[in-house]
Amino acid sequence: MTEMVRSTAVADRLPARPTADAAQARLRRRYAAERRFRLIGLLAVLTGFGLLALLLFTVFAQAWPAFLQSKIRLEVAFAEDVIAPDGERDRAALMAASYRSLLQEALDDLFPEVEDRREERALKDLLSPAAELELRDMVVDNPALVGTTQQVWLTAADDVDQYVKGYVDPSLPERLRRLTDDQIGWLQWLELHDRVAQKFNTALFTQGDSREPEMAGLWGAVVGSFWLVVVTLVLSAPLGIAAAVYLEEFAPKNNRWVDMIEVNINNLAAVPSIVFGLLGLAVFLNVMNLPRSAPLVGGLTLTLITLPTIVVATRATLRSIPPSIREAAYGIGASRLQVVGHHVLPLALPGIMTGTIIGMAHALGETAPLLMIGMVAFVADIPDGPLSPATALPVQIFLWADSPERAFIERSAAAIVVLLGFLIVMNAAAVFLRQRFQIRW
Amino acid sequence: MTIMLTILLLAAAAYVLARRRAWAVAAGRPASLHSRPVYHAWFAALIAAAPALALWFLWLLFGERLLLALAETELPPAFLEQPAFTLNFHLEEIVRLAQGLAPRRPPAPEVVAAAEVYARYQSIGSATSIAGAFALALAGAALALRWISPEFKARHHVERWVTYTLFAAATVSVLTTVGIVFSVLFESIRFFERIPITEFLFGLHWSPQTAIREDQIGASGSFGAVPLFAGTLLVTVIALLVAGPLGLLSAIYLSEYAGPRFRAVAKPVLELLAGIPTVVYGFFAALTVAPFIRDLGASLGLNVASESALAAGGVMGIMIIPFVSSLSDDALSAVPMSLREASLGLGATRAETVRKVILPAALPGVIAGFLLAVSRAIGETMIVVMAAGLAANLTANPFEAVTTVTVQIVTLLVGDQQFDSAKTLAAFALGLVLFMGTLLLNIAALYVLKTYREKYD
Repeated sequence: MTEMVRSTAVADRLPARPTADAAQARLRRRYAAERRFRLIGLLAVLTGFGLLALLLFTVFAQAWPAFLQSKIRLEVAFAEDVIAPDGERDRAALMAASYRSLLQEALDDLFPEVEDRREERALKDLLSPAAELELRDMVVDNPALVGTTQQVWLTAADDVDQYVKGYVDPSLPERLRRLTDDQIGWLQWLELHDRVAQKFNTALFTQGDSREPEMAGLWGAVVGSFWLVVVTLVLSAPLGIAAAVYLEEFAPKNNRWVDMIEVNINNLAAVPSIVFGLLGLAVFLNVMNLPRSAPLVGGLTLTLITLPTIVVATRATLRSIPPSIREAAYGIGASRLQVVGHHVLPLALPGIMTGTIIGMAHALGETAPLLMIGMVAFVADIPDGPLSPATALPVQIFLWADSPERAFIERSAAAIVVLLGFLIVMNAAAVFLRQRFQIRW
Repeated sequence: MTIMLTILLLAAAAYVLARRRAWAVAAGRPASLHSRPVYHAWFAALIAAAPALALWFLWLLFGERLLLALAETELPPAFLEQPAFTLNFHLEEIVRLAQGLAPRRPPAPEVVAAAEVYARYQSIGSATSIAGAFALALAGAALALRWISPEFKARHHVERWVTYTLFAAATVSVLTTVGIVFSVLFESIRFFERIPITEFLFGLHWSPQTAIREDQIGASGSFGAVPLFAGTLLVTVIALLVAGPLGLLSAIYLSEYAGPRFRAVAKPVLELLAGIPTVVYGFFAALTVAPFIRDLGASLGLNVASESALAAGGVMGIMIIPFVSSLSDDALSAVPMSLREASLGLGATRAETVRKVILPAALPGVIAGFLLAVSRAIGETMIVVMAAGLAANLTANPFEAVTTVTVQIVTLLVGDQQFDSAKTLAAFALGLVLFMGTLLLNIAALYVLKTYREKYD
């Protein structure tokens, strides 16, 4: 009886007359919905790809002009009476000579009609302040130049560089441009006579930061980042590996203290990096009085940030080593330390190194905590150790991106390209180590 | 540095000597020793280096403080009664003078006298601690050499020391947490002594500019953090609106539809988004997305701020896509095949299976993933520093500029600051809120996972 009731109830809920057409139509709808759903999923994945590509493309598109720098060719007469009037050719005398007047002479030769003081200054402003230093370095490197006349390519000012790259619209009214009508006229004349060219921007890779975009380089930031990563590596690799070995191989099971350590490590992995920066500021700078802006302090802070990454990666590797290895070693009488030191750690080394490299890549890209401990200062010198004031590559990107000059924005994008290059190399090394050396049990 | 190297050199010498001596004691039969010669050698090196280095580090860490305390006793009591800031300046001058550096200002006679005391004690102190460290190292090495005998259990000692060291390394994480809590908490408490906590948490007006002169108008600054919390929330919500659908749908496609080869390529490529440094996203947001949105808005007749919440939030959304997608992917993959097969066997399409069977089963994992992504978004700094504004607007309009907790921490602390002002202390109070907020989100994520996860066999 109940059987009957249930079956009629089901029959009532079905459409009155389930014709083949209605069933077909419903099926078509369901299949259409299926296809739609699948398409939406695919679109989501492709959108992710697209956003990544867009991000990289815009950065690269903004970066490539920075790899070229406009130069202006001048005939410079290295006049003896200007550089070494009393015949002295030693380094100090050559360093102290007035190369500005050499430039002035060279420009006067090209544009004899410019006589007004204001105009002369505007003419000289086509060249970067670096031009004098370039002449000086040439002479110091090769004192035989004195007394000769040479064709020299000299770095142009950043406004000129922007004009040559086509970012300055000469049809704008003069007061809206950073170049005057006169300057554009001279430039057009120079371009007409093949005296302007874009050359590879070596300053970008050899100089420290500068207030003048055409003189600003990444090298200081790269060296700063190098010291940061060295300090971080030296501290976090031994500490992280030791902590992981303890937790995985030595720690007593079901011990509250050990549980607390584990919970702590997992929580630290999720703490925002800027909070670590606050810790660095309060503890390393204010309590321990370590020097501000030094890679040492940055490295200490980054150590605390990367420690959880290294511990987690090392523990995963240690866990993947089969117990049979340990048991065999115990079986022939090895002590616990011998088991770990002679057998487990060597086998785990590739995995540990992979985890450490990934941790270092993470540290290299970290910015916010460095802002907290004063690594945002303007540092023009190349840092010569972990205690001298320095900035780091990501911080340099931040500083330049903040600047109003287009030339700095370009260089910021170029710095991103360099940073991404380092990260790609590090990650490729990690992948290589994993592929080449990791043992599958 | 040279002291440290010398101590290590002494330890190395102890190592070599102990090894030789152990071999000599063994008289050609190493099996007669309890521990192999290497362990005797390591033991000697350890006992020579460890106490000596410990003493030297103690001197390096606390020496300056001790010397300053001694120098302060030289200063007349009246001199000590000046404000902390100027007093600190004078103390620094004492150190500079004692180290032979030029003072930054012509020093007061008291300072010069104190600097002389400081310098005298410094030479005594460093001489004592260097001599002490060397004596400890030599004594340790001599002791270890005398202890070498066939019965001496050097290996046990060395292993115990190594275990202690490993344990100490493991506790660094606990110390870090304690350090974070204390450094943030102490400064926050000092902040709340000046600004009531209720004003901070519920005040609607944020303008931390404290006056330089005491009598200036608006000298106190106001520290109502609600606009910051609202701004953070707005940016986070926008980020989640971008990352949530994209991440979840990608995860569904990758775990349910994609073939193994597409998956093997697509998953790492999406995870690249998580490997890009945040400063790069900041650059992208500030210099590409924000101007684009502003111009787009202008062409539609909308008034969009050039530092709109939309730009910062949208780019942050791109950054957290991989967090959402990989955690959701894990949750979806953990749903057993039998559920899928049962649903498909009943005639459901794949889409219906995902919506009606797999998603509900994976929901706790997905929610936990979203919570972790939110915690990541709240703590993210560089994108908002570069692309969101400084103006503390209390608004829900994504086209306006807002500011966030992390932005304010950075702006309050970057640059020269006086460490005692309410302005810098406020940054630590904000840091406390940030730390607590992300911690709670993580705990909530774990709780959701633990409590609501369905267990399948």
